Amino acid sequence: MKIIHCPINGPRPLQEFHFGGQVREMPVGSQVSDAEWADYVFNRSGEPGIQSEWWYHTPSGTWFIAERDCQSDECIRTYLYGGRESDA
Amino acid sequence: MLNRLPECDGEWIDRSQSVRFRFEGKTHEGFLGDVLSSALWANGVRLLGRSFKYHRPRGIYSLAGHDVNAMVEDGERTNLRGDLLPIDPELDVRAVNTAGSLERDWLRITDHFGRFMPVGFYYKAFHTPRLLFSFYEKQIRKIAGLGRVNPKGHSPHSAKDYAFCDFVTVGGGPAGLAGAIAAAEQGLKVLLIEEHPHLGGSFLWQHARDEAASRQLKDLLSRANMLENLTIRCGTQVAGWYADHWLALVDGERLTKLRATCTLVATGCFEQPAVFGNNDLPGVMLSSAARRLIYLYRVRPFERAVVLVGNREGYGVALDLLQAGVHVVAVVDLRATGEQSDLAESVASAGIEIFKHHTVYEAVASRDKKSVAGAILCPLNEHGGPESIGRVKLSCDGIVMSVGWTPASGIAYQAGVRFGYDERVEQLVPESEVDRVFVAGRAAGIFDLESQLQDGRRAGLAAAAACGRFEGEIPERPVHTGPPPSHPYPIIPHPDKKNFVDLDEDLHLADFKNAHQEGFDNIELIKRFTTVGMGPTQGKLSNFNAIRILSRLNGATINETGSTVSRPFHQPVSMAKLAGRRFHPMRRTPLHSQHLALSANMIHAGSWLRPEYYKIDESSRADCILSEAENVRSGVGVIDLSTLGKLHFYGPDAARFLEQIYTGTFSDQRVGRLRYALGCDEQGIIIEDGVVARLSEHHFYVTATSSGAAGFYRDLQRWALLFEMDVTLVNETGHLAAINLAGPKAREVLRSLSDLALDDAAFPYLGVRQGHVAGADALLMRIGFVGELGYEIHIPAGTASHVWQKILEAGRELEIRPFGIEAQRLLRLEKGHLIVGQDTDALTHPYEADLSWAIKVDKPFFVGSRSLQILAARPLTRQLVGLALPQPSKVPLPEECHLIIENGEIAGRITSVAHRTTLGQPIAMAFVTPEMARPGREVTIRVAGGKLLVATVVPMPFYDPENSRQKVAD
Repeated sequence: MKIIHCPINGPRPLQEFHFGGQVREMPVGSQVSDAEWADYVFNRSGEPGIQSEWWYHTPSGTWFIAERDCQSDECIRTYLYGGRESDA
Repeated sequence: MLNRLPECDGEWIDRSQSVRFRFEGKTHEGFLGDVLSSALWANGVRLLGRSFKYHRPRGIYSLAGHDVNAMVEDGERTNLRGDLLPIDPELDVRAVNTAGSLERDWLRITDHFGRFMPVGFYYKAFHTPRLLFSFYEKQIRKIAGLGRVNPKGHSPHSAKDYAFCDFVTVGGGPAGLAGAIAAAEQGLKVLLIEEHPHLGGSFLWQHARDEAASRQLKDLLSRANMLENLTIRCGTQVAGWYADHWLALVDGERLTKLRATCTLVATGCFEQPAVFGNNDLPGVMLSSAARRLIYLYRVRPFERAVVLVGNREGYGVALDLLQAGVHVVAVVDLRATGEQSDLAESVASAGIEIFKHHTVYEAVASRDKKSVAGAILCPLNEHGGPESIGRVKLSCDGIVMSVGWTPASGIAYQAGVRFGYDERVEQLVPESEVDRVFVAGRAAGIFDLESQLQDGRRAGLAAAAACGRFEGEIPERPVHTGPPPSHPYPIIPHPDKKNFVDLDEDLHLADFKNAHQEGFDNIELIKRFTTVGMGPTQGKLSNFNAIRILSRLNGATINETGSTVSRPFHQPVSMAKLAGRRFHPMRRTPLHSQHLALSANMIHAGSWLRPEYYKIDESSRADCILSEAENVRSGVGVIDLSTLGKLHFYGPDAARFLEQIYTGTFSDQRVGRLRYALGCDEQGIIIEDGVVARLSEHHFYVTATSSGAAGFYRDLQRWALLFEMDVTLVNETGHLAAINLAGPKAREVLRSLSDLALDDAAFPYLGVRQGHVAGADALLMRIGFVGELGYEIHIPAGTASHVWQKILEAGRELEIRPFGIEAQRLLRLEKGHLIVGQDTDALTHPYEADLSWAIKVDKPFFVGSRSLQILAARPLTRQLVGLALPQPSKVPLPEECHLIIENGEIAGRITSVAHRTTLGQPIAMAFVTPEMARPGREVTIRVAGGKLLVATVVPMPFYDPENSRQKVAD
């Protein structure tokens, strides 16, 4: 089972986490077409490589961001949204 | 036990304890420590099982846990491997996959039809005519199969546990022992895993005649035993390696989930067979199997043996056999160069004839075809193929194969190590080690004992360095010198006899040639077409020969040919071990014991245990539910709603935050008032509904659905980050209990318990008040939860039982009764309240569910607003409506998810249904097409048994459409 470094709680097993999807900027609804909005809502990139993802440490209720290589399943770094990076 | 050898050092059997056991109905005798195969062989029994497809006789082949043709069952357990199964006095087993008996298996006739059954035969032959396939399938399954599962068998509960270490060593042979000791001596917490009952690995059988090696083993074992931070687990298999050094260990009792920091794979090698005619006859075995018989179980394997060799090792095997009293008729060396070493001289001087550049061409079967009676030798030509002249027939009862090895690389593969072919050793070796995963010993192509010990030590110190416990110099990895321990192509075609490549699946050389001719020229394709490596050993004794054959057929190198992926499990793991004990954590409300005391029928509702209904003697479930509901409508009832999500929102931005989360408006909500709240996701799909109470300017209290509360709270926390608002969330779901008191007499009950003014002016419908109930701090919400006058009372969990009891006491004269979630569902269905997730699905948006009134589109933004804007502009494809059902008749009433049919097409489905209601009329909620969604329209439902039932669309709510009962004044 994978180990993920929570920026608050340190290395913890995957079981304690919830995956929150890719980090994506929400477009301003009034400034995009229906098709652009639908693209934001429904389409995800399947491109291999490093992607930023939302992860949630369930027991402590901590949302943070992990940069993960989704091809090798390797976490590069984790940090709080707009905040502190984990030690690992 | 006619073949038992005299006692020797290191043997696994306990001669003081003889054991009688039964095999195929006959009683045999062995010693404690014997496995079934060794005990039978000691008694001269050579027919241990029948093969998978042709039902050919099979005996001992590897004696290392890969003899899947010697599988037995005892009526409870099945597919037990004879070379792993310890004997005991209770043991009473039969061979699997035989018709009649093992000796007289009438299915052996399939062997004679072999040439009509090439691989791919089933796919081609039995699919036409199509109708007959199910018949053929049954017959094939009967013939080609393994053990029978006894569905009535007793499955013992097995435990799971967890373990942690700095360094796990897989394999207790020379490299594994040296590695574990080196790491433990640096202070690492080490776990050494050995699959066999004793440590030592190849020390025990490969170096058994070497006295210096025996002394080394004793020394290593005593050092290992002295290290307190080194834990040894024998009889334990590593079933798989998972991310971040998470290993599954399986022993006779349990599954252990191990977390390690570093892993050493010192799993050694699987000896590989040679391919020649009849190479599956009982009596043909791997050299390591013969040595295991001699040294671990002290069984003389044969009387007269021919030793087929492709390496130096084989000469040592010949000497081992000689010492065990076997008459070694010949050593047959596949290599043109033969062997130049002391070993070869010892063999020659013992009078054993050496046939250089020869092969065993064919094993000659005995008259009963159940064992070896001889060997036909044949000289090889310059390409390594058989010459047609100069053949010699020798009489023997055993043929030993010592032609090469392939690394037991499964665990290393799973850990990310990649292997490449090394011609110095003619086997796969690790190309490089990966992060904190080490491979040492024969698994890494190192065959010399001293080098194996050095390599293990290297890995142990490297692990210590990786853990920050060692800063010295790490020894170099040793390199192999001398001739390769494996022969590059130990495969000799025989045109008339079967040359087996895969004994699990009964695949012979011709099958590969045929598959290749049909165009399956890639290792992954040929694997799937021939099924090589897909049997119970997963190709441990066949994959590599298959790769060698395919390489030659393609004229490619081994590296170009590649190999198939190794995935967990490395060895079969029983389902019982994986299942373990049932462990489903359930949440109980603070009122759990109260419910039990009231004879509640508790059921699982999401993660909670909740009362379904309260049992009354002699009354049926349906009667109990209906009478609970009727009691609410006519008098007063009480229900535990502690499972509701209970969230506080504090801060100057709390109202604005709620407006971005929910579809409604809250900034104009007055303090002390409630509002319905509907939550959508970004797609505009309904995910949540609840009630928002404004307790002060900057403080809201919100309830969320029982099943959605945890996920909704998680989403809220992320939105709170993203919106960057001044709002604080506090989740009090578990801290608070909630009790709903409902019915026309609810106020009367509450009046005696509360200090609050309850008249309509002081506490109106959709009002929220804070005060006391039965002395407890309480927050009360006046809502029409079930469509009657009702109060939802939120109290600290610790006071819940007290308040509940006081309410029941206060209502006793008014005949108050608790009601469960079934009555609640009925009452809410009568009011047309949908249940998110029951009456809505993953595509339901508010416009379909007649909830457009709850959407305030004049807000600049809320989650899902842009999607709802798009959806609002589109025509609806379905609508949620109420249905009046006919009274029960011969046609049964519909159940949830029954379909609505219009012109032979699906036009909708039932989402909720109540057969008995307080209205006296069966009702349902259903999705239908918009054309059908008008009151009075008849719809047809396909009910159980395919019968059709006509129902009528009616407006909702079914009960009290003016909502006058919940708003009732004094």
